[in-house]
Amino acid sequence: MVDLSVKIGDLTFQNPIQPASGAFSWEYNDVIDLNRLGALVAKTICREPRLGNPTPRMAETEAGIIQSIGLPGKGIDYFLENIVPEYAKFEPPLVVSVSSESAEDFAELARELSVPDVDVIECNISCPTRNTTGGNFAMQEDHTKMVMEGIRAATDKPVWAKLSPNAGDLVAVALAAEEAGADALVIANTFLSLKIRTDNFRPALGNKFGGMVSPALKPIVLRMVYQVAKEVNIPVIGVGGVTKAEDVVEYMLAGAHAVGIGYAGFRNPSALTTIIDDLETWCDERGIEKVTDLIGAVKDDDMEMDPLVAASHGV
Amino acid sequence: MNDLAPDRKYTNAAIPVGGVDPHPDKPSGEFITDVVSNDWVNDEYKLLVVRAAERALTAYAGQFYHLLCPSPDGAEVWMRRPMSIYKVDKAATCLEFLYKCEGRGTQGMATLAAGDKFNVAGPLGVGFSLDPAWKNIVVLGRGVGLATLAPLSQLAAENGVGVTAILSARKSNLVMSEDLFDELGATSITVVDEDGSSAVENVEKILEKLIADGKADAFFTCGSSRLLKLMQNLGKKYDVPGQVAMEQIMVCGIGACYVCMRTFEVNGEKTLKRVCREGPVFNMQEAVGW
Ligand SMILES: Cc1cc2nc3c(=O)[nH]c(=O)nc-3n(C[C@H](O)[C@H](O)[C@H](O)COP(=O)(O)OP(=O)(O)OC[C@H]3O[C@@H](n4cnc5c(N)ncnc54)[C@H](O)[C@@H]3O)c2cc1C
Ligand SMILES: Cc1cc2nc3c(=O)[nH]c(=O)nc-3n(C[C@H](O)[C@H](O)[C@H](O)COP(=O)(O)O)c2cc1C
Ligand code: FES
Repeated sequence: MVDLSVKIGDLTFQNPIQPASGAFSWEYNDVIDLNRLGALVAKTICREPRLGNPTPRMAETEAGIIQSIGLPGKGIDYFLENIVPEYAKFEPPLVVSVSSESAEDFAELARELSVPDVDVIECNISCPTRNTTGGNFAMQEDHTKMVMEGIRAATDKPVWAKLSPNAGDLVAVALAAEEAGADALVIANTFLSLKIRTDNFRPALGNKFGGMVSPALKPIVLRMVYQVAKEVNIPVIGVGGVTKAEDVVEYMLAGAHAVGIGYAGFRNPSALTTIIDDLETWCDERGIEKVTDLIGAVKDDDMEMDPLVAASHGV
Repeated sequence: MNDLAPDRKYTNAAIPVGGVDPHPDKPSGEFITDVVSNDWVNDEYKLLVVRAAERALTAYAGQFYHLLCPSPDGAEVWMRRPMSIYKVDKAATCLEFLYKCEGRGTQGMATLAAGDKFNVAGPLGVGFSLDPAWKNIVVLGRGVGLATLAPLSQLAAENGVGVTAILSARKSNLVMSEDLFDELGATSITVVDEDGSSAVENVEKILEKLIADGKADAFFTCGSSRLLKLMQNLGKKYDVPGQVAMEQIMVCGIGACYVCMRTFEVNGEKTLKRVCREGPVFNMQEAVGW
């Protein structure tokens, strides 16, 4: 049977399947066995209690949903006291996600989150509805470097940087995060988007703008993962549009060590564990012994570049 | 390797009728049900009956299922749609949903035919509860709210609690569930817009009479902000406790995404709660109308 385990930094995960921050909570244990997941990933937490954005917070479009939740939560103290213990009841490593509008506070939050039950600090520096100096640092490499350096200095826990697909030069931002000391990169957060209702001429979301989530975005995020994985020496976690085991394989071939899954768990609450089962079957049927053999294994170095020759080949 | 062909769109391992249940102890699950029937009950509403695996049949009044609706037009329906359980028929191992055909999701549901497969997640949420001290309750519902309230009369009947159901609708042919309420021994009173009997002042008179007659130990409502307000006011005035089933757009249905928020007032302070997790049934006095 295939060995599904992957290493990211010094941590070993039993398989490459993780939930995506904000699209998951321990309450999913009502439906699936959380102990089967590669990791548990908590919703992004901020220092202060926040109500989040006005409703409606979700709208359907032709090719996916747009959502703007606005990071609601009861603040870091409540999180440490009440939510971390909920996750600690389960075995997989706990990844906590954190966001702030200032670099100093971000570092201080990372320090406060460095408690024994927390295994990884994921830095959500890419919330699409915040601005570039006020939380959405990942739009620019200098802001990314500044905020990640502060966080790196504040904690000994592994720190992952969650990057934005809305950045102009994602590879430059990724290199800045690596240089600042990030242990891994999570690519990517959601795509900034807008829907206007034609019946009443109003934006469909209470917050006007939202982040788009869709399997249709997978080829775009996959391209980003591929480009970044080629340039950095730290692991990449691919997040965007995974709905089945073959998508996990695709991300790993492009260079990812693991994937995060959001939307698929909304559509099919049992999707995460099903994808783990299917990935195992997929590997076994092909005699793949270690899932890590797939990482970066895309065959693209001997591509036929002569169009006359290429067009004479089969498909 | 067929079922893992690279062009398939989604993974799917929901529990089919007669299938192995990997988690018999979990409160909720994802199930593939078999459609038994899906018939019109009037111009706007259909009743869907599906056969489901045993664990799917544990729903009680006020809980809901999150339904993966087929497409009405060939394009994707991206999100599930929440629907209250209308009836659990344990003998026939069937779930029933009474729904209004509105947008793409419910129009897609309307295309289901006997023999089709239908993916439902649930049961979810916190439903109605009955205090043993209550001997008689009043149920007030309008439109599709009646679908949510109907199974409450079953729960009441099982607990020997008397039910008066006030059923409100635009027209008399849109009043639903009268039979179901009657079957369960409830006294039903129908009020409609056509003859003005559904006006708030008239419903208020009916409620005050029920209170005076000792028939209203608790109030229950769903489906109309106006009727909620009325019951809240009378509840405060005459000290009648109550519960309300709320609706909101949902994504996960499980408590993870914080899409389904509604405003509540608890001890004089406004706060947001998740309809899918803390509800859909809430203390009536805490609800802030929509
Ligand atoms: C707990 C709960 C129980 C419900 N029970 C019933 C029931 O038993 N029978 C019934 O007919 N209806 C019920 N509803 C309402 C039902 O969910 C909506 O009518 C349905 O989602 C509309 O989908 P649509 O695609 O047909 O309409 P559209 O208008 O196209 O829907 C567009 C979007 O709005 C959302 N939406 C629209 N109206 C509502 C609403 N009232 N509540 C939640 N989301 C909404 C949809 O989910 C969708 O995302 C219930 C709602 C909730 C929250
Ligand atoms: C409802 C919702 C809430 C989200 N909340 C967060 C969040 O709090 N923090 C974060 O880093 N990403 C958040 N995201 C983004 C997801 O983690 C993920 O990057 C995105 O959904 C793409 O993955 P998917 O295509 O598998 O859904 C959220 C996404 C959704 C749909
Ligand atoms: S629908 Fe996701 S929290 Fe209620």
